Amino acid sequence: MNEAVIESSRRNKIRVLIAKPGLDGHDRGAKVIARALRDAGFEVIYTGLHQTPEMIVKAAIQEDVHVIGISVLSGAHNALVPEVIQGIRTAGLTDTLVLVGGIIPEEDFEGLKAAGTAMVFTPGTSLEEIINYIDKNAPVR
Amino acid sequence: MGNDIRSIAEKRKLWEERLLASLKKVPERPARFTTLSDMEVPLLCTPDDLDKIGFDYERDVGFPGEFPYTRGVQYNMYRGKLWTMRQFAGFSTPEATNKRFKLLLEQGQTGLSTAFDMPTLMGYDCDSPKAMGEVGKCGVSVSTIADMEELFADIPLDQVTTSMTINGPAIVILAMYYAMAESRGVPKEKVRGTLQNDILKEYIAQKEWLFPIAPAVKCVIDTIEYGTQHYPNWNTVSISGYHIREAGATAVQELAFTLADGMAYVEESLKRGLDIDEFAPRLSFFFDVHNDFFEEIAKFRAARRIWARMMKDRYGAKSPKSWMLRTHAQTAGVSLTAQQPMNNVVRVAVQAMAGVLGGVNSLHTNSMDETLALPTDEAVMVALRTQQVIAEESGIANFADPLGGSYLVEYLTNKVETEALAYIKKIDEMGGMIKAVENGYPQAEIGNSAYHFQRQLEKKEKVMVGVNKYQVEEKKRTLETLYIDRSVEKKQAEKLRAIKARRDQAKVQSLLLSVRNAAERNENLMPSIVEAVKEFATLQEVCDTLRGVYGEYREEGKF
Repeated sequence: MNEAVIESSRRNKIRVLIAKPGLDGHDRGAKVIARALRDAGFEVIYTGLHQTPEMIVKAAIQEDVHVIGISVLSGAHNALVPEVIQGIRTAGLTDTLVLVGGIIPEEDFEGLKAAGTAMVFTPGTSLEEIINYIDKNAPVR
Repeated sequence: MGNDIRSIAEKRKLWEERLLASLKKVPERPARFTTLSDMEVPLLCTPDDLDKIGFDYERDVGFPGEFPYTRGVQYNMYRGKLWTMRQFAGFSTPEATNKRFKLLLEQGQTGLSTAFDMPTLMGYDCDSPKAMGEVGKCGVSVSTIADMEELFADIPLDQVTTSMTINGPAIVILAMYYAMAESRGVPKEKVRGTLQNDILKEYIAQKEWLFPIAPAVKCVIDTIEYGTQHYPNWNTVSISGYHIREAGATAVQELAFTLADGMAYVEESLKRGLDIDEFAPRLSFFFDVHNDFFEEIAKFRAARRIWARMMKDRYGAKSPKSWMLRTHAQTAGVSLTAQQPMNNVVRVAVQAMAGVLGGVNSLHTNSMDETLALPTDEAVMVALRTQQVIAEESGIANFADPLGGSYLVEYLTNKVETEALAYIKKIDEMGGMIKAVENGYPQAEIGNSAYHFQRQLEKKEKVMVGVNKYQVEEKKRTLETLYIDRSVEKKQAEKLRAIKARRDQAKVQSLLLSVRNAAERNENLMPSIVEAVKEFATLQEVCDTLRGVYGEYREEGKF
């Protein structure tokens, strides 16, 4: 069995939370990604729109997720993403992989990574790239 | 003899045999030829194609300025008045946006268009905890009439038309605008512009809502009623397909859902007892203009034809002004790429040309840097100049509907129309658009289309230059972008605190109570909101008052 097959066979054990924090209503990307991950075999939970960081943290704990994908297209990522990460880490989700997607200027990558974001995906990223990244980096529990 | 349909059809058959033979030498490229919306399209159209679909020039096309307006709503189209060049702008503080407005007007722009930030769009003040990190980011922050006054400082409201893109709390922002115009002594009939105020497409696509659907639609009808009575030249609703398309809809879905939204507002206004020929002329439209050149042109032509017939035949409007679909258009934000961003200038030019050839009345061209951040002054200038080159160098503006009569364009116009009407029929059968939206029907259709398109991109069945084809290894981005820092949030909050400290609190409370009473008694909210905002009641105070009566809308996280 090659590595790729092992990875995709564990997908159904990986829970991914797709989250829309803040007041941003742009949900096309979040929904497309949620659907693609589900079709790829992951267990996907979508928070719906207009979530506060606390609501997202609560959902992450409740579902004990392996991965959180935070989608922000409103420019509020620097304020919202660190709050979510701090919240889940404090709550004990120490290994949860945090991904950010949306309109994120390059200048902000470093700050988001320093706050605990594993990877930032910007427009033009293929679904396959994201799936591969999760396959390789989602925590093994 | 050369125009005989039967003879053309026979010759076409022979030509098709020769075509097939030629394919052995030059085979076709991909397996399917489709539009961006994945609509299959023919290689060629000839007069017999139009004959087959029952095309009737006088009935279906006619003349510019006349029913069914397929060829445009003006007799002389752009020879009389060029389309309004209206660049959407708004960021940071009202003063900063006011500066951008003045720059655009100095550079020859002919109308203003205001973008509000997310807290304003959701009815929260800049100092609300929910506004954290969002103040001034995606648009300008407006919490009170004082912000509105700064936003439009030194701008002659009786000369410039203003468009305001806001929906959920639109009634409050409009009240601030009306009150400001009144305080400046501008006669009511000289207040001209457009409020987006299209709440149905919020539930469908843009997702910036406040109340449940029924009271939210009531607020829209309140503004239609009040505007009709007091501000005869204000466009009360801009029925918008833009966000529907950007959320992933096909061209046909964009067209059908937008017109269906418009029909819902017409029907609700009629239920209110309004006279169609009094309010319908103030309804305007807003469509996307995407990459697929002919599909877009067909969409605009079909839009005008469907609406004119709907208004005349279905709703019995008698005034030609009620039949005319006047539309603003904006080039497609989703078509822009962060990769090799200079290419966006070309995309925008192609899209803008399709808009003009489609006969739009007003146009916004996107800036090349808008996938990265809000546009810089320099990028906005290139976008505006793109329109000016089309208007004053290309010669396109000399003609009314120059592509009308093209076999292909007429064929596509009919095809888009037919498919849109099929959707409208389905929505009718569901009990109308409000019901359809409550059931999540357009939302689901759009979600499916968005997903389908993304899969096509992955399989390279659809191409985005620089994204899934012709990629280059990119160095750090060289394009300079506009950065809004969090000091804006602080500055706005301080200003708001000062206003709250010096206003007459008792008066504000009693005026908010009047708003509450009007909501509870199901009266038109506009008069009481105008009075409240004059005394510096804030956006959120009015919205919270209404949320207290109407509740809030929630969407489940379906995907």
